[in-house]
Amino acid sequence: MSLELRNVSKVVGNEVHIFPTDLTLEDEGFNILLGTTLAGKTTLMQLMAGLQRPTEGEVWFRGRNVTGVPVQQRNVSMVYQQFINYPNFDVFENIASPLRVAGVNGAEIKSRVLAVSDLLRLTPMLNRRPSELSGGQQQRTALARALVKDADLVLLDEPLANLDFKLREELRDELPKLLSGRGCTVVYATTEPSEALLLGGHTAALAKGRVRQFGPTGTVYRQPANLESAAIFSEPPINTIAVRKAGHRLLAPGGLDWPIPGPLASAADGDYMLALRPHNVAIKRRRETDTPLTGNVLVTEISGSESVIHFELPNDTWVSQSHGVHRVAVGSTGTFFADLGQAMMFTPDGVRVKGGV
Amino acid sequence: MNKTADNRAWLLVTPVVLLVAFNALIPLMTVVNYSVQETFGDNTFFWSGVTWFEQVLRDPRFHGALGRQLFFTGTILLIEIPLGVAIALTMPRRGTWVSVCLVLMALPLLIPWNVVGAMWNIMALPDIGLLGHTLNSMGIDYNYTRQPVSAWVTLIAMDVWHWTSLVVLLAYAGLVSIPEAYYQAAKIDGAKPWAVFRYIQLPKMKRVLTIAVLLRFMDSFMIYTEPSVLTGGGPGSSTTLLSIDLVKTALGQFDLGPAAATSLVYFLIVLAVSWIFYTLMMRTEES
Repeated sequence: MSLELRNVSKVVGNEVHIFPTDLTLEDEGFNILLGTTLAGKTTLMQLMAGLQRPTEGEVWFRGRNVTGVPVQQRNVSMVYQQFINYPNFDVFENIASPLRVAGVNGAEIKSRVLAVSDLLRLTPMLNRRPSELSGGQQQRTALARALVKDADLVLLDEPLANLDFKLREELRDELPKLLSGRGCTVVYATTEPSEALLLGGHTAALAKGRVRQFGPTGTVYRQPANLESAAIFSEPPINTIAVRKAGHRLLAPGGLDWPIPGPLASAADGDYMLALRPHNVAIKRRRETDTPLTGNVLVTEISGSESVIHFELPNDTWVSQSHGVHRVAVGSTGTFFADLGQAMMFTPDGVRVKGGV
Repeated sequence: MNKTADNRAWLLVTPVVLLVAFNALIPLMTVVNYSVQETFGDNTFFWSGVTWFEQVLRDPRFHGALGRQLFFTGTILLIEIPLGVAIALTMPRRGTWVSVCLVLMALPLLIPWNVVGAMWNIMALPDIGLLGHTLNSMGIDYNYTRQPVSAWVTLIAMDVWHWTSLVVLLAYAGLVSIPEAYYQAAKIDGAKPWAVFRYIQLPKMKRVLTIAVLLRFMDSFMIYTEPSVLTGGGPGSSTTLLSIDLVKTALGQFDLGPAAATSLVYFLIVLAVSWIFYTLMMRTEES
């Protein structure tokens, strides 16, 4: 009994925006749509909200078929990446606007607006206009408008993307607390894997108009059902390589020949895609069992206390992510140590067979 | 701060100094020169102080022209701004029709001003013009060369036809810059179309509309070519706007002193009204 998409698809002209999708969200939970730009997050949200009509399929909400029910009759609220507020209303009137349209009486409007503005620390600026607020305050106002109407479904479309780093962290911490216990189903779209992990809840990994996996966020991260879902959930990008398992060896193009790590040993012989997250490829040997890889260094990115180094394998480009500052000259040959015990194995079509915890 | 002195820098600003001098300062000072002196045309000048200004400001003819000018500008602003916004609202925001609409809208703006005057002059001729003949055959007594009302209606129709497009284009630019999310948010709130216009589109268009009003005020206040070709200020002096009156004084009667004084008063009115208007609009913007 929650928001359900039953075989929902969206086709515009000749372009498929959303392939037929079945998805049942966690009721009164925090649901994350994770995917790159153009993966279909916004379209999916608009289908959920009723701002767009599915080409085929049905949308059910709490046991009721709401396909084709216009958005204003659905008790939905939405927050966007841009800070959307009425430009010539002050903060109070902005927050009150959905209640005014709904015809709530003045005294109740006042108490509800004040309650929400306290929660979002907007009370001192209730008389200001959006143009006199900082970005964070503007987005808080938009959030307050979404919260004040006690919507059943709250959709947040990359709400933190336009905020600067500090504010983003602050609001990201507050958001789950603000939204929990209100009886609403929350959908939160983001492009950042780390944001999804920090927010927790459930995650739907989206790629090219398809939901590749849906489940508790930690599970989707640790046990991706398929290669695409693993790739969506990896930043820097996940390393992949086509391998052939033969007995106790893994053979890869270019003469690579590795001993098979324990967790993968039970797989049948054959062709696989091996995937390994960048933090499992380090510049220093951490275990005896680490497999050394050598390759031409392509890019070195040092961000604070982390070094991300892209290097070439015979057929692939891999990424190593290590703690500490490691200045490796671009163009030199580097040696990296892969902890293949952490690797995940997928069929050539990308379905996970082994690995991941 | 340490300033580096290098006189060669003057070379770099010379072009703009020359340009401003020839383009604005020298003509303006010539006019100032005429406005405070008496001349009999043989290049001898007598100082006359503010005589011309006193004469002009007391002259009923100037009052009449100024009144007609204010009426004209006020009327066309009241028609063109709302009409322009209304047309902009009905134009498509995306798709193939956008460019078609924009080109059609821009068309009147591309026609030379005297051609606009000539077009309307011919079209409104009561005996052979398409508009004039049609109106008369419908039983409406219309003759813009004889009846002041007909002349005014034609004049205003011509200006609305010629310049509403400018307001449309500016308002349209303001409208398309509003992110789609605003409309969605309003839809989720259940806002009615009027509320969307009043509380989203209008405030978001405010800046461009300020510019539209300012441009249309200045242009219409200084209009000369079109009414001059259409009615020449007639019948009588019923459509003699300020600029037409000025040309009659300066070139028709060769009264250079009063003409110069009128020019300066005219210039100061445009400057003052534009400045007041701009300040007011920008002040409400900030508050």
